Amino acid sequence: MKVAVIKYNAGNIRSVAFALERLTIDFSITDNPEEIRSADKVIFPGVGEASSTMKYLKDIQLDRVIRSLTQPVLGICLGMQLMCKHSDENNTPCLGIFDETVTLFQPAHNEKVPHMGWNSLALTKGWLPADVDDQFVYFVHSYYVPVNQHTSAITNYVQPFSSAMRKNNFFAVQFHPEKSAKVGEKILTSFLSLE
Amino acid sequence: MLTKRIIPCLDIKDGRTVKGINFINIRDAGDPVELGAAYAEQGADELVFLDISATNEKRKTLAHLVKEIAAHVNIPFTVGGGISSIADVEPLLEAGADKVSINSAAVKNPILIDQLAKAFGSQFVVLAIDARKMGNQWTVHTHGGSQPTEKKLFSWSREGQDRGAGEILFTSMDHDGTKSGFAIDPLTKLNELLKIPVIASGGAGRKEDFLEAFVVGKADAALAATLFHFGEIKIPDLKNYLKNNGVPSRI
Repeated sequence: MKVAVIKYNAGNIRSVAFALERLTIDFSITDNPEEIRSADKVIFPGVGEASSTMKYLKDIQLDRVIRSLTQPVLGICLGMQLMCKHSDENNTPCLGIFDETVTLFQPAHNEKVPHMGWNSLALTKGWLPADVDDQFVYFVHSYYVPVNQHTSAITNYVQPFSSAMRKNNFFAVQFHPEKSAKVGEKILTSFLSLE
Repeated sequence: MLTKRIIPCLDIKDGRTVKGINFINIRDAGDPVELGAAYAEQGADELVFLDISATNEKRKTLAHLVKEIAAHVNIPFTVGGGISSIADVEPLLEAGADKVSINSAAVKNPILIDQLAKAFGSQFVVLAIDARKMGNQWTVHTHGGSQPTEKKLFSWSREGQDRGAGEILFTSMDHDGTKSGFAIDPLTKLNELLKIPVIASGGAGRKEDFLEAFVVGKADAALAATLFHFGEIKIPDLKNYLKNNGVPSRI
């Protein structure tokens, strides 16, 4: 199996790479469209700011490449947000794979922003392994995707939001499976073993 | 529900773990990579590695160590100690650090916080503040707590937040190493003042101290070192205790 981790100006690419190494998965970190298109699985990581990362992806035309992929693609954190239609973070048009708008947490009861730390998953439908239901994963984010028809897991912070989604071959998680101990490893393994 | 985080801190000198008692005595407590992985296995929510060595080779040694930690530890970790520029941070980020903590350098050059937040994102920047009560004021100290400054805890933490820090790590030097409990009053005030998470540090001696830091002090996370290193409190026991007392905990 060939796994491509998309290389762009986002943080946490090294963390994803280390997690794959711990799982003894062969992978390449690449921005080469051919290499990405021919991979069996693609991971689209991300920590950072929406407008500058979208601009970078557009400049090297990876936006079109990502949209046109047909194999399983996993967006992580900012990767998931960039897969949406629009982000309120610096009013940024994104990839539009999910027809959603990414919005800033508006604390109702003095909740801290960013939402940082371990929070639990409530699975709704779809692709996450059943035994991660009600388990904890690690989040760091200030913007969130509302619950929608493609939501696969819901997490509560300020209000319920999408902690995982799926649409066709596009999978996405708001949390960091690469930093979520054994639960995260289980989720990565589950994505990587999709047919 | 978002859980409260328990964070073991590992002081590193020349690649080995040490812990100063009141910032003075040093004892050797093992290999940082092995210890970090063991803590992750036990249920620690995050780790902090603080490099207290002062050699010229430090930068290279630290980046190498961070890479080893990142390869073996599956939870988030912060690296700190002597970081004073973007150039110091880049190799750590490249080596796999999730966050860096800055302390003395930020006091001396506050714009460093803005620069790091802009370059790497706020989530990457932990502002560590060592403070001691002098008269009625919590006075910020630098250089491992040895030098008092003009800065005060509350205004400085607020400034740090406004400049883009993603978290505040507050150590009460009056409490550090005493095992008499965290500095609850300033902690409560900080948590009411700030919009970003606060990590309580200094003074943990009993499980009850953590409960107080979370319930009364409203801390988002609590950090300790010696207690954990010498097994005086075991992380699974602590987390069970907290959960049984109504504190959201990851078990």
